[in-house]
Amino acid sequence: MPLLEVKNLSVAYGAIKALHGVDLSVEQGQILTLIGCNGAGKTTTLRAISGMVRPSAGQVLLDGKPVTGLKPHEIVRLGMSHCPEGRGIFANLTVDENLALGAFMRRDHAAVNQDRQRVFTLFPRLKERLKQNAGTLSGGEQQMLAIGRALLARPRLLLLDEPSLGLAPQLVQTIFRIITEINQQGVTILLVEQNAHMALNVAHRAVVLETGAVAMSGDAKALASSDEVKKAYLGHG
Amino acid sequence: MQSLADNLAHQPARGVRDRVLAQAPWGVALLVALVVHFVLGPVLGPYWSQVATQAAIAVMLAVSLNIVNGYTGQFSIGHAGFAAVGGFTGAAVSYYGALALWGGATKQEGFLVPGEWLMVGGSLLGAVLAAGLGYIVGLPALRLRGDYLAIVTLGFGEIVRVLLQISGPQLFEADDLRSSGFKQWFPPPLGGAQGFTGVPTYASLFWVGLFAALVCIVAYRIKFSSPGRALLSSREDEIAARAMGVNLARYKVRAFVLAAALAGLAGGLYAHTGVVMQPREAGFIKSFEIIIFVVLGGLGSISGVVLAAIGLTVLPEILRDPQRLIEAWGLLAAVGVLATVGGVAMRRSGSRWAPLAVGLGATALGLLAVALVASGANALMRSATGDPQANIGKYRMIFYSLMLIGAMLLRPQGLMGVREVWDHFRRARPAPGRPGGAAT
Repeated sequence: MPLLEVKNLSVAYGAIKALHGVDLSVEQGQILTLIGCNGAGKTTTLRAISGMVRPSAGQVLLDGKPVTGLKPHEIVRLGMSHCPEGRGIFANLTVDENLALGAFMRRDHAAVNQDRQRVFTLFPRLKERLKQNAGTLSGGEQQMLAIGRALLARPRLLLLDEPSLGLAPQLVQTIFRIITEINQQGVTILLVEQNAHMALNVAHRAVVLETGAVAMSGDAKALASSDEVKKAYLGHG
Repeated sequence: MQSLADNLAHQPARGVRDRVLAQAPWGVALLVALVVHFVLGPVLGPYWSQVATQAAIAVMLAVSLNIVNGYTGQFSIGHAGFAAVGGFTGAAVSYYGALALWGGATKQEGFLVPGEWLMVGGSLLGAVLAAGLGYIVGLPALRLRGDYLAIVTLGFGEIVRVLLQISGPQLFEADDLRSSGFKQWFPPPLGGAQGFTGVPTYASLFWVGLFAALVCIVAYRIKFSSPGRALLSSREDEIAARAMGVNLARYKVRAFVLAAALAGLAGGLYAHTGVVMQPREAGFIKSFEIIIFVVLGGLGSISGVVLAAIGLTVLPEILRDPQRLIEAWGLLAAVGVLATVGGVAMRRSGSRWAPLAVGLGATALGLLAVALVASGANALMRSATGDPQANIGKYRMIFYSLMLIGAMLLRPQGLMGVREVWDHFRRARPAPGRPGGAAT
């Protein structure tokens, strides 16, 4: 049974339909990447999965149980953590406070402390900047904070929305290396990306969205070598 | 402040001693109240004691509104409405209670007399009522954001004001109270447009000092707790806050209810300071005074809004008769120059106390500027009118407003920004683009 299964998911913002009948599933322990152009519905898909927007039709199943229509805080409790687009760090709070908010739902303080150490191993920078306002961090550090914060909820499924957005190429490499590392530690990942090249490189499976519907899906390596994807998303003539 | 990791690490092994120490602030609050009452009171004399009392109530109102407008980033302009609910409740309980119990509402002399406990009970009841109304208003209103919430809360304040205006006439005699029936109690006898008078002045420096300290402790503990961080996170980024698992609606309503309750408590004490309680206490002009404290102090900064509330309550009183300030110009100039120069030197050498010195110096220099302008204006008016006693006291609110404008131009983020005073005293960190802090 897949960890996450999305069936026939549709979302409308007023009269505008953003998603029409998206199907996808993420297997336990894998990375699934969702690629597509601007406005293809990637972010909307993530938001519908994590309960930020209410789908107009369709189902979201976590461990085979429906979570459609639950509030975001109820879904976080079930082990799904959403790292929002544009990082969404709390700029006027310190790095320390940001991380504490990541573990907001948890009361197992000893385990939270262990997870903090794990986050510091992944992102040593954060430990150096604990007392600093998060708004004073560089873009890359903010992204590390956003991912670290999401990890502190101890998710089984991590939803990442464009973690490479606005980062220098070298930092993009680092972020993707860390995404792989997090996955190898046992966290299942649903990765939304515009950087199709990098995303297909680290993912096991991939789904291509076009104007709110699934255009293609399958093995990431296979998709990366398919002519259509090459032409439309990887910039090879 | 300890790092959160330290706090978390401490938690499992909390002994009895830690637990007792954790309650120490309440004892400190009591001590502060006693010192304020028995030491500061006699030093200040009756007039300035009254100013200090109003300042303490202003602190309670500002710190409580800060929980909504500062922590959660909502914009409520109905805070005076909640204060008035508490105020009229406290007034009615105290006045009618005294009539019923003792046959008259003359003030009982002494410290901690029964009448004072009636005031405390009435104020707490006022807080409960205000909290209830806060819940009723907050539940639908907090689904709205920004401007929309502001309009709803504005409407609430005006409803309270109008309801007070059409309330029944006050019952002045114990006999009237005894013979009163349903007709006298519906609408409740809160004095209508004439206002409610004769409430004994039990709100001594002890009580306002104690409750102001308690309100600050509550606000502080919330701000640096997990639920408090949930409030702050909703101010910073609502989507991210929800992604953290924060139930936004619930936390916003809780913050609103708590702020309403504390405002009700402040209002209850205010009714016992010798003022005539009038319906306009609920109006939006009063609400805006509180908002000015919060914005000037720095949205979210407890120490900032405390300083702003005290400063803005005391300042108009100083301006009422600036003569003493003018006479103290030499002292102000000396302190101002020395502290500022010293502060700059201290900042160079990286001392953590530099902001304190600079802040002190800037405050003294600011007061000196006020004194100079006031003395110049006085001289001008005296030569123009030929009246040797002419005084700018009448025009003080113009100065006050000009100073507000100046403060907002110089520090649009408020005195303390979103941080606290002590954050400015951390050992200077070489963080580019961030001045060491100007605590003026």
